Order: sequence, then structure tokens, then C-alpha cells
Amino acid sequence: MNIIVLMKRVPDLVEDLEVDDTGKALDSEYLKLTLSEFDDHALEEALLLKESGGGKVTVVALDDEGVDKMLFTALAKGADQAVKISGAGNIDGNLQLARIFTQVIGQQPHDLILTGVQAADDRDGQLAPTVAALLDVPCIEVVTGVTPGEGQVTLHKEYAGGVLAEFEVDLPAVLGIQAARQTPRYAPVSKVRQVQDSTTIERVADASGSVSSEFEVVVMTPPETGEGAQMLTGVDELLEILETKGVIG
Amino acid sequence: MSQDVLVVAEHLQGNLNDTTFEMLGMGKALAGQLGGSCSVVLIGGDDAMAGQLGAADSVVRVDGESLADFNPESHAAALEAVVGAKSPRVVMIGYTSMGMDLASRLAVRAGMAHAASCIAVAGGERIRATSQIYGGKMNVTTDLGSGQCVVSVLAGASPADAGRGEGGPAPESMAPPAVAGRIRFKGLIEPEAGDVDITTHEVLVAVGRGIGSKDDIEVAEELAEALGGAVAASRPLIDAGWLPKTRQVGKSGLKVSPKVYLALGISGAPEHLEGMKGASTIIAVNTDKHAPIFGVAHYGLVEDLFDVCEELTEQIEERQGC
Repeated sequence: MNIIVLMKRVPDLVEDLEVDDTGKALDSEYLKLTLSEFDDHALEEALLLKESGGGKVTVVALDDEGVDKMLFTALAKGADQAVKISGAGNIDGNLQLARIFTQVIGQQPHDLILTGVQAADDRDGQLAPTVAALLDVPCIEVVTGVTPGEGQVTLHKEYAGGVLAEFEVDLPAVLGIQAARQTPRYAPVSKVRQVQDSTTIERVADASGSVSSEFEVVVMTPPETGEGAQMLTGVDELLEILETKGVIG
Repeated sequence: MSQDVLVVAEHLQGNLNDTTFEMLGMGKALAGQLGGSCSVVLIGGDDAMAGQLGAADSVVRVDGESLADFNPESHAAALEAVVGAKSPRVVMIGYTSMGMDLASRLAVRAGMAHAASCIAVAGGERIRATSQIYGGKMNVTTDLGSGQCVVSVLAGASPADAGRGEGGPAPESMAPPAVAGRIRFKGLIEPEAGDVDITTHEVLVAVGRGIGSKDDIEVAEELAEALGGAVAASRPLIDAGWLPKTRQVGKSGLKVSPKVYLALGISGAPEHLEGMKGASTIIAVNTDKHAPIFGVAHYGLVEDLFDVCEELTEQIEERQGC
């Protein structure tokens, strides 16, 4: 089975995020980007599928300053091929990104396309169903486990309250992965370095002609928190609250 | 194109979800701004559900064997047919597991603008939608233009009561379109019963990514024990396999409404808030003073969760004479 994993780098939410002078975007000066956590799960699910049923895993991402490290890490974890797309310019949404990815997907053999169910910067929808709609192939979001079959896969889709739905999907298909069957594996730095010395990342120029969305951001602001929390100064005050609420005597 | 708003009803196991009514309330207000009406499309479902849509101006029902259970392919095709026939200005879809299978696909195929994760929509000559992104750390307002658009609405964006009403209008029936059958529904799987039912506890000590490692959950367990409560968690800890799925609070986990919800090292992504904002008292402990959790918590403490846990446990045990 040929599996393509679409990977995206997004702002690290552990860091403070600031709005830039335009008031419409994040201040990129101190912005730290990291692999979208759900894409990491998509890669893990792809590697598990390859290990159980054979096949090839290709990871694809847009070229940017930190992409090589991310792609070499994916190769060190067990991916077979890495492709970075250069010259795409500024991307302002998943529709634009999906058009770029589908052009590269069209050049690669593929049965299954996996990506994260969502990403922190999803403003105009999710990548998986957008790619699927452009390719006119089936898609399911919020997937938590995939079992390969003949010309199809069986999978679980998660609903609220932990209820799962089981579906069979004909290939080729796109799946938005919520969680892999196991925690994404770790690639030791030594292994990543070894891969870096012995493997190359393929570079493909963007020829999709995909342009920015005509639907522009008007304003970006941190959410208003209303009154917000009454801030406490220490554990003693917290104890008082618990006492007032009748939780402790 | 009309100036109407079309709300996509969502249901599972015979029940319409709250998001349906929340969107209906928002949709009515939006239709008022646009000078149009607010309709609901019910795909599959039953008469009892149609009878709960009294707040809608009209109801379109698409029913058939292939629509008895949610199927991303057949439900998307049914929705596309209704949108094609009715040509609404705005289509509102829940930003939910099912809604994610419908919204982006409809937007791409029908060439409609799309804003996801929305908490507010304003109508006029141009539609403006506000999305909550970056884990709830930023609100971004997008100009969706003067044409048709799809808006995916976050659960809890608006009160459900504004969209509730008995005795819905008589539904207009539409036949489901034929589909290729590339996706086949096989069945529902109920979650396994866990060791602890977090929905029944009056005190929950909930841990998030800030906990750092599986072994460190022990400090939260000790505190929960001292408080006579149970340990719950946000999604990343469940995905990491540190706690069973039955302890997960949030969009794809459980909804809880304890007397006290002590959130330790939880940033407060919208998906988590959806599951716990019904708690009577929310106390958040986080080292990041900008964490969105402080926006919904009643009380906040900017401190290291381990220091707080240990001191709290010690002091409570002292009071209890342990």
C-alpha cells in the first residue's frame, strides 16, 4: 500500500502568541513552529500500517526553515521517502495548501492519504476533507484506527462521549487522523543524524498556481475573557475556596 | 442565491445534539440581519426530531435507507442536493466529528467561502465570521464576502435555549441522491465501562499536558483522593496512553458538571472547554498566565501545578488528621 502523509508546521501553542502590527496575523518574529501534533499521529498510523501489511510511506510538506529536520525525523522513524514543496509563497489557508498538496499527490502513487484531523491554524476548514474534495475521493475525519483490507480499509471514527463508528472505505481515500493506535514513536537524535547523512529529501517546485484566499482576515485578537478568573495569590486562598464550596471541612 | 440561513441538524442514536439548537438560535438571529428565513435540514432522523425544530421557519427532510446512520458520503451528497435546491446564503454546520465530514467538502464542491471553528457570525452585505483558533488563544474574523458561505460552528458558541421550540413546521421531503457507495457504515461501538465514572463525581482533579509524564499523574491522584474526587484528563494525556479513554473530558470525551473542577496544567483549548464548562466552580492552575483556561475559570492561580498539588494535599490531609 502506498501511503502519503501530509505534514504541516504550526505555531507551538506552549509559547506566547502575539498579534503583529497589521492586527491581522501572528507576529512571526519570535514564532516557534512545530509539527502539528495530529500530523504526528497520522505519520505513526501510516508507519503501523506499513509494518503490518507492507508498503511505502511518503511524507510531504511545504519547504520552510525547519522542514528538513521534521522530514529527516520522519525518515528516521521509518518513512521511505520525503518530499518538500518549494516556492509556494505565503500560505493563508487550507484550501490554498490543499491545492498545492494535490498537485504533488497526483505525481506520486497513492492508495491512502493521511493527515491530522485538524491543526491549530485551521481557519477555512480542515486539510483532509479539502484535499479529498479536490481529488474527488472518499474522506473520513476523526479517525482513531485503520485496518488494511483488499482495495479498502476498515476504520473507527470517533463521536462525542467516546462512541465509535466503524466504516469501510474504498481506496484511494483521505483520512483525518485523530489518534494513532499507539503513541507516536520517538526518533533518537543519532538516528536522525544518520538518516541526514545517508538520505536526501526530494525537492519539488510548486506548480499548482494556487493563490491566497480572496476571503481575508479582518482582525485577529486574543479572546476577550470577560471578567475572567479571580486570580488567587497562593494555596491558602485556594484552600479557602474549597472550604467555602463545601469540598473540604 | 437567497438570503436564507440553512442549519444542518446533527443527531446520534436518536437524539439531536445541543449544537443543532445552538446553531438554530444563531441562525435565526443571522437570518434576521440578512432579511431571510432560517431553515433546518434534517438528514435521516425521525419524526420526533422534526417535532423539536419549532424554532425553525421551515424544515427540509432527506430520508432513506442509506441515511439511517451517519455516512460521510451519503450525508454529504444529501446536503449538497439541498444546498443546490435552496441556494441559501449561509450554511451552518457543527464543528463536530460529523460536521467535519460535511463542511469542507461542501465548500470546495459548491465553491463557497468557509470559516471553521466559529463562535460568531455577523450578516449584512458581506458575512463576517469569527473563528477561535490556535488552541483558543486567538480569535480571527474573516470577511466571507457577499456570496454563499459555509460556517462551521463550535459547540457552546451560543445558548441552545434560543434555538429550542416544540412543534416544528411540517417538513418538506426531498429524495436522497444516488451515491457511489465508496464508504460503508458497519456499526456503532459503545465505549467500554471504565474503572471510574467521572460524570458522577462532585470533585474532579483534571490534568493536562502540563503534567509532563505518566508517573507524575500520581500527585494528582493523591490530591483527588484527599478531596474525595477522581482524576480526569484532557485529550493529549489520553492519546499518550497515560490514562484510559473513560477519563477524558472534552469534545470527543465526556461532558462533566461537577461541583468543583480543578484544572491542573490544562491550557483550555475549545475542545476541552466544551466538556467542562458546566462545572459549578472551575479552579485553574497554570504557569502560563495567558492560558485560555483562565477565561472560563472562576478562580485562577499562576503557579507550578506540582507545588500546588503537593501543598494542597499536605494541608488537606493535615486538616483531616491523617
